Amino acid sequence: MVRFILKNLLKACLLVVVVSFVVFCLVDLSPVDPVQANVGQAAYLTMSEAKRAQLEAYWGAGEPLPVRYGRWLAGLLQGDLGMSLRYNEPVTQVIAERAAPSLALLSIAWAGSGILGFVLGVGAGMAERRWPDRIIRGWCFVMTSIPSFWLALILLMVFAVALGWFPIGFAASIGVASADVTWADAIHHLALPAICLTLAGVAPVCLHTREKVVEFEAGDVAGFAKLRGEGPWQRFWRHGLRNVALPALTLQCASIGEIFGGAVLVEEVFSYPGLGQAAVTAGLGSDVCLLAGIAVVTALLVFGGNFAADLLYGVIDPRMREARAAKRAARGGVLGWLVNRPEDYDEPLPDAGEVERGGSA
Amino acid sequence: MAAPLDVARANAASIPVIAAPGARALPSRRGDLARVISIGAALALVLVAGAILVPVAQEADFMAKNLPPSIGHPFGTDWMGRDMLCRTIAGLSISASLGLGAALAAAGVSLVLGCVAALGGPKADAMVSGAIDVVMGLPHIVLLILVSFAFGKGFTGVVGAIALTEWPRLARVVRAEMLQCRESDYVMAARKLGQGPVKVATHHLVPYVLPQFAVGLVLLFPHAILHEASLTFLGFGLPPEVPAIGSILSESMGYLVGGEWWLVLWPGLSLVLCVLGFDMLGRSLARLLIRGDGL
Repeated sequence: MVRFILKNLLKACLLVVVVSFVVFCLVDLSPVDPVQANVGQAAYLTMSEAKRAQLEAYWGAGEPLPVRYGRWLAGLLQGDLGMSLRYNEPVTQVIAERAAPSLALLSIAWAGSGILGFVLGVGAGMAERRWPDRIIRGWCFVMTSIPSFWLALILLMVFAVALGWFPIGFAASIGVASADVTWADAIHHLALPAICLTLAGVAPVCLHTREKVVEFEAGDVAGFAKLRGEGPWQRFWRHGLRNVALPALTLQCASIGEIFGGAVLVEEVFSYPGLGQAAVTAGLGSDVCLLAGIAVVTALLVFGGNFAADLLYGVIDPRMREARAAKRAARGGVLGWLVNRPEDYDEPLPDAGEVERGGSA
Repeated sequence: MAAPLDVARANAASIPVIAAPGARALPSRRGDLARVISIGAALALVLVAGAILVPVAQEADFMAKNLPPSIGHPFGTDWMGRDMLCRTIAGLSISASLGLGAALAAAGVSLVLGCVAALGGPKADAMVSGAIDVVMGLPHIVLLILVSFAFGKGFTGVVGAIALTEWPRLARVVRAEMLQCRESDYVMAARKLGQGPVKVATHHLVPYVLPQFAVGLVLLFPHAILHEASLTFLGFGLPPEVPAIGSILSESMGYLVGGEWWLVLWPGLSLVLCVLGFDMLGRSLARLLIRGDGL
């Protein structure tokens, strides 16, 4: 277990290095001139040479890639992600300010879509080929074809503009100092984006759960329970739930990246000040350090999701626990662990993380 | 987890069927063929009509600004008096053809990398799976933003971004199929008869994965179109004069507060229908081309 965690920590560090290197390479390839992109065409043409040179130095336009990346990596070791040139603040501060609203949105959508998707999936699977199944499956297929930003626009149009139930955008009422924002106000602003993101994320886990429930119903366990006279919901509650919940949990953990992708678009529609909006601003404004910072943070988020799935699998699944105990016994306890370390011990648990990674954005 | 479920599945398969599923549950080949042809024809029609309508869609008529849907303008008009029906069809055509191009490029990348992984030895395999890990390790949209920025945004930015981020799933399929085929008797026989690795690949392995690959390609279309729309919506795609669905919707967002619902509803709805169409096309094609359960 300790080795498993250590190995994953090492993997995470490697991931940060690789991802940030890829970001810097991609930015270096880009033909977009950061100075022109940020001051605009008209201002660029009328600008004096000295001013232009000063701005170029500010945006780091002339520096070669290894110098820039080396400096960034050295800063990273001290917990410094560089300056965001668009926001004129340290990247860590920009990300920290935006992490709270973003994480609130993401976690609500993650839990909400997981629970809703699981319940609907179980309902559909238990009613295989009958009308609830058809309706739920059809709805899921339609939902996977709906771009999340269009769903956000429609919800905004109906519930904010036409009905006026929710505010039109932002994370708090306009003109209120950030210290005076009440919880009720924040939740009121969060509600519509969260509902939108929840609905957008239901389909993959729902369809996956349905398949697993159908599989369970066709299997030996359910067949034997049927022979014992257990009703459909009784046998699902006693034998099916835990078998079906595990893969759903894994899938949901693995789909954090997809949910973040939806959040980028939804935040853009609702002008919600989260990480997604910062990513778009950074991309449009050639803000390299902020882009790299956000890429690293989101990559760690995705990695954390998969890692959590692997860990939870070992904790929750009794079969996995028993297999581990058996392995440890066969190896002869701590001493055996020191003497012979079969490579397969480090492998993440079978199946965890191997499930397909959800649908589209 | 995998082992017990496999056992369960095998047992389920060996249980004699007592209650056969109704005839409606079994997909019919003829129905699938009809679906493939009709959906394909409808989508092709939209593509062609949209390409013709692009100049019409840019005609502004300031006498007819902000009209709600009516007989003359079924989808209404926008703030410059442009007919939304023309704009929607033109936008759909641009979005779909961009998506198609991007999906083709992504499929090309995945075929090449899948081949390299399956046939290039363990080192090449490790490198490809490392690349897959990096691509899958970032949220898709972040990578899309990064790559389209690297290509300098615009048309090449969108196509390049989708081509370089959409390939892993299909590459995995290609790799797995090829590994399976490589062990088959007829490939062994071809090798023993002295055919070189390139000839074996082009004569036996690529034709073997072709049906799977074709289906995977068609199933890439909906993803590619959705991602294209997302990118253009965020402003990383095409210039505002080119009416792709994403840019139409992002422009319309500014007029939403005025209650002009038709600017948002129709373009988005047509995009959803287009994506659903490609999805159904892919599923029907899968049932036609791949024996067994298909999808």
